[in-house]
Amino acid sequence: MSANLLSVQNLVKRYAENTVVNDLSFHIAPGECLGVIGPNGAGKTTTLRMCLGLTTPDAGQITYFEGLSMPQQALAIKARLGVVSQMDTLDPDFTAEENLLVYGRYFGMKDRDIRARIAPLLEFGALTSKARAKPGELSGGMKRRLSLARALINHPEMLLLDEPTTGLDPQARHLMWERLQLLMQQGKSILLTTHFMDEAERLCDRLLVLDHGKKIAEGRPRDLIQEHLEPDVVEVYGQGALALAEETSPLHAHAARVEVSGETVFFYTAQAQPLLMALQAWPQLRSLHRPANLEDLFLKLTGRQIRENA
Amino acid sequence: MNSANTVGREQTLPMQASSIWALPQLSMRWWPVFLRNLLVWRKLAIPSLVANIAEPLMWLVAFGYGLGALVGQVTISAQGGQGEGAAVVVVPYILFLASGSICMSAMNAATFEALYSAFSRMHMQKTWDGIMNAPVRLDDIVMAEMLWASFKSLFTVTAILAVMLALGISQSWKLLLAWPILWGVGITFSCIALIFNALAKGYDFFTYYFTLFLTPMMFLSGIFFPRDQLPVWVRQITEFLPLTAAIELVRPLFLDQWPTHAAANLGLLIAYACLAFWLALALTRKRFRV
Repeated sequence: MSANLLSVQNLVKRYAENTVVNDLSFHIAPGECLGVIGPNGAGKTTTLRMCLGLTTPDAGQITYFEGLSMPQQALAIKARLGVVSQMDTLDPDFTAEENLLVYGRYFGMKDRDIRARIAPLLEFGALTSKARAKPGELSGGMKRRLSLARALINHPEMLLLDEPTTGLDPQARHLMWERLQLLMQQGKSILLTTHFMDEAERLCDRLLVLDHGKKIAEGRPRDLIQEHLEPDVVEVYGQGALALAEETSPLHAHAARVEVSGETVFFYTAQAQPLLMALQAWPQLRSLHRPANLEDLFLKLTGRQIRENA
Repeated sequence: MNSANTVGREQTLPMQASSIWALPQLSMRWWPVFLRNLLVWRKLAIPSLVANIAEPLMWLVAFGYGLGALVGQVTISAQGGQGEGAAVVVVPYILFLASGSICMSAMNAATFEALYSAFSRMHMQKTWDGIMNAPVRLDDIVMAEMLWASFKSLFTVTAILAVMLALGISQSWKLLLAWPILWGVGITFSCIALIFNALAKGYDFFTYYFTLFLTPMMFLSGIFFPRDQLPVWVRQITEFLPLTAAIELVRPLFLDQWPTHAAANLGLLIAYACLAFWLALALTRKRFRV
C-alpha cells in the first residue's frame, strides 16, 4: 500500500442514542479523488467535520500524511490542507484580493508571499476582472471559485470539499469541475462530498457510499455500477404502466429486476431488445432505454424513499 | 452544564475530547485575526468614530453643563468613600460626570464590539468557521476578539479623553495613567460580553444583558451621582461591581489625586477579566463542539 495522505480507521460518532457514523474506514492515496456520496443524514458532513478536527469522534483514528493524528496535531495538518465548506465563509467586507490576503495570514504566510499568489489564484478562479469586487457583487459560481482559490493559498497537498457545486447553474458547475480536474492533473488529492452523481462519476477515482453512518459500497464508479446493476435500464411510464410491474406481467420475464417509483416502472436487464420488442404491445406507453448509471446504483443502495428527518 | 457528556464518557477512547474548561491554549495566531478586524474597521473608521464619540460627548455636554448648572458642585469622600474621618472633596459636576462617564464609554464600546460585531462574525458571516479551517485555534480567535474589542474601546476612550482635555475638564498629568487603566476596563468588559456572545441564539438575546446588567450597573456605580446617596446595603453590593472598581480607579486621577484601595479595585477588575475570559472561552468551545 502506498503512503496514504489520509487514513481513517473505525471511526464512530454517536449523538445520544443515535450513531451517526458507524465504524467507518477509508483512505486517500496521493493524487486520488475520493467522493463521499449518500442521502441527507448519512453522515457525510459529520465525517468531514471529524476529518477537520471540528467534531471529536467517539472512537477511531484519523491519520494524515503518514503519522499526524487529528485532532491532536490539528494545526500541523491544517497547515497542509485546503478546505472549501458547504457554506461560503468569505469575508463580505473585503474584496476578492483582500479575502486571499487575509486568509493567507491565518497560515502564517508573509504578506509578500501571499501577494505573489493573488494574481495567479484569481486567474485560476477566472476572477481576474473581479479582483476589486466584494463577495456581495459576485455570482454564486464566482463565490465558490473564490472559496476554492482561497483554499489553495497555502499550497495544500490535499483538498477537502463539502458539496462544492451545490446551488450552482450548469455553466458554473462545469467551470468548477474543469478547475478541479486541473488541480487533479497537478497531483492534488481531493476528498469531496456531493449529491450529484454526474459530478461523482466525472471527478472521482473512487467512491464511498454512505448510508446511516455506514459504508455500504466502495470502489471505482464504473466497477460499482457493473458489480451492482444490470447494464441496461428501460423506464416505462404512462396510462397502465404500473400494471406491467406485476409479477404476472409478460414483461417481467425479460427483466432481472423491476422497480416502481411514482408512476414510472424501471426494468433492469442485461438484454434490453426482447423487452423493448414485447413493450410494443402497449403503444400508448412511453419508454426510455438507457445504460445504468450511478444514480441507479445510488437509488438501489440507499432506496427511493424521501428521508423525512434529513 | 453537560460538560460531563464530553469528558471521560468512554474509557476506551483513543482520542478523548478535552474538557471545555481546559486552560486557554494560546499562540500568536490571534494576531492575523486581530489584523482582519482592523482591516475591516479601517474602511469604516470615520463613521464608527463619529458614532463612538458623538454620543458620549452629547451625554457629557447635556448632563455636565445642563444638569451641572443646577447641581453645581458634588461632594465626594476622597478616601474610598467610607469611614468616619474620610476626607471630603468638592468637585464641579462636569468633572465628576466626565470621570465616571469615560469608564462607561470604555464599557459600552467594548461591549458593543464583543456582542454585536463578534456575533456577526461568529454566527451570521461564519467568519470564525472559515478561520478554523486554517491552522488557528478557537482559543486564539476568542482571544483576538477580546483584544480587538478592547482596542476599539481604547480608541474611543482616547478620542473622548482628547476632547475632554481640549474642553479643559481636567488637565492632570495623572490622566496618562488613566489611559492604560481604561484599556483594562475595556478588556474586562470585552471578556464579560463574550460570555453572552457565546450563549446568544440571536441579537435579541443581548437585550437581556443590557437591561439586566449594564443599565442597572450604570446607575449604581457612581457615574451620575455619588454612591453615598445609595442605601447602605445597596452601596455594599455596588462595591463589587466591575464598573465601580473602574470608576474608583479613574475618578481620582481626573481630580489629580491618587486612587485609594487601588490594589483591591485593580485586583477586582483583573479577577473579573480572568474569570470572564475563562467562562467565555468554555462556553464558546461548547457552542462550537457539535
